[in-house]
Amino acid sequence: MAKFLIRRLLSSLILVFLASSLAYLLAATTLSPRSNFEQQQPPLSAEAIERELDHLNLNDRTPLAERYATWLSGVVVGDFGQTITDQSVNEHIARKAGVTLRLIVVGAVIGATLGVAVGAYSAVRQYRAFDRASTVVAFFLLAVPTIVIAVVLQVTAVWINDVTGRQLLEYGGEYTANLDAGFWGTLADRVQHAILPTLTLVLSLFAAFSRYQRNMMLDVLASDFVRTAMAKGLTRRAALFKHALRTAMIPTITYFTFTFGILIANATFTEKVFGWHGMGAWVVDSIVTNDVNAVAAVTCFMAVCVMAASFLSDVLYAWLDPRVRVS
Amino acid sequence: MSIATEREAQAPDDIPPAITGRWSSLAKEVLGTPRVVVGLVIIGALVLMAWIGPLFSPWEFDERDFFAFRSPPSAEHWFGTNTTGRDVFHMTMVGLQRSIVIGLCAAVATTVVAAIVGAFAGYYLGPTDRVLMWITDLFLVLPQFLILAILYPVLRGSEWPVFVILLAGLMWMVTAKMVRGMTISLKEREYVLAARYMGVSSGRIILRHILPNMSSLLIVDITINVSGAIILETALSYFGFGVQPPDVTLGSLIAEGSRQALAFPWTFWFCTGLLILLVLAVNLVGDGLRDALDPHSRRRS
Repeated sequence: MAKFLIRRLLSSLILVFLASSLAYLLAATTLSPRSNFEQQQPPLSAEAIERELDHLNLNDRTPLAERYATWLSGVVVGDFGQTITDQSVNEHIARKAGVTLRLIVVGAVIGATLGVAVGAYSAVRQYRAFDRASTVVAFFLLAVPTIVIAVVLQVTAVWINDVTGRQLLEYGGEYTANLDAGFWGTLADRVQHAILPTLTLVLSLFAAFSRYQRNMMLDVLASDFVRTAMAKGLTRRAALFKHALRTAMIPTITYFTFTFGILIANATFTEKVFGWHGMGAWVVDSIVTNDVNAVAAVTCFMAVCVMAASFLSDVLYAWLDPRVRVS
Repeated sequence: MSIATEREAQAPDDIPPAITGRWSSLAKEVLGTPRVVVGLVIIGALVLMAWIGPLFSPWEFDERDFFAFRSPPSAEHWFGTNTTGRDVFHMTMVGLQRSIVIGLCAAVATTVVAAIVGAFAGYYLGPTDRVLMWITDLFLVLPQFLILAILYPVLRGSEWPVFVILLAGLMWMVTAKMVRGMTISLKEREYVLAARYMGVSSGRIILRHILPNMSSLLIVDITINVSGAIILETALSYFGFGVQPPDVTLGSLIAEGSRQALAFPWTFWFCTGLLILLVLAVNLVGDGLRDALDPHSRRRS
């Protein structure tokens, strides 16, 4: 098992490397940092533009292979280069990665848990009121793009705040600037700001997971080993939890890996709509400002996240499925 | 499909029933699932509305009403007007047309790519499989949204078909993995072995014997991809990386409307509602088809 995981880890590292290289090459060929400097006010002289571009390793007159080699030699020692405004990309990552990770991890944990719980329960209560209601809600949510969920939540928050006359829900930024309210006050402020963005991620994840888990659970409930478990005298609850749910969660774990990429994209939209300064919002901005190094760094970050999720799901898989552990 | 069912229904009773073909039995299954019928009816209504609606609209697509900027819905402007005085109804209908066409084309293209990659990987196994699955994994690691956004400067000048090809190029991975798994189990079946011993070429076996036998999976997959493509397109358009003006899609309309959703709700809610309805209908069809075509899941929902 350990050998399998180590092999997986190695191949993930290679994939992350290839993915970020590909993103760098794509970004370096399609984005044009030169136009940024040419449009600057006051206008820069031709030599100054060349100097700036060379300094940032963004000069399109340098052959692509050479620029890539320069970029790579930095990345190997952990330096992602400079942003287009000549700041360290690494510092930006250090500041922004936490914001995105917090959003993704909290959203994924709440969304997946809620989805699995609701899906499994509605399979047990198939065709009852709870099942019907959760199916309708999930179907509806699946049809709404995350962007729309985010915007609608924002609009609703404005409306609720208007009606109640108090600032109940915050919908812009991650925290109130210059707030001086002690530890608990700051924490409450952060939670207040985090509710809507997290809810956006949770809703879309919940819909996908509850549908999937319900189908898997229905397959398992009809199988012989659940009947056997009850026949040998286990209570219904024990049989459902220890035998049915555990087995039905195995395909869901695999499904989690596939949805993780979508989750990251959703986090991007959420950050952008709610004005959080995370990696996702940063990448959208850097594409607009032709910031090649930043785009490559964010792609690398996202690839690492996807690989980490798939690694985690391998571990969970081994934990749930004894056959994997033994072999 | 409907012609086949009608013919079947009209067949006199005294003639022994003919063995039903793949398509007519498929049609029967499908039409027996209420969800699919409801979904198809909604989609049909939306298609009619999108293509016939503009004919009844008194305003042209790019015509501006200089006496009614941001006016709420009225008898004159059914969905109101936007900031530049353009008729929201006409724009929404044109956007609906585009979204439907983009979704359909991208979904079909995605499934074709996925079927070919998956079937070849699963049939040949060995080095072919390893290379193809590496490429698949690589694409899975790269967030699709990001790649499309990076490619945006190249796309800026091009027409929407280029956009469709790109969408397809970034959505095929998960299906390809599924097709590969099914191919591995199908290639050991007797009819495939028989074909192989008769000397049928590998390419022909894949196209004529393996892929048709997972057609139900592929059909379901196309439906799922339609909604996936529409949703991805909406997200891209929201950030301005999608279809470029003067072309409009539901996504770009939502993007424009969302910035003034509170003050001028009609610019946001009509296109959003139609988009949700469209995706919902497509999902209903997909979900119903999966249950109807998959013998293991007869008792679901």
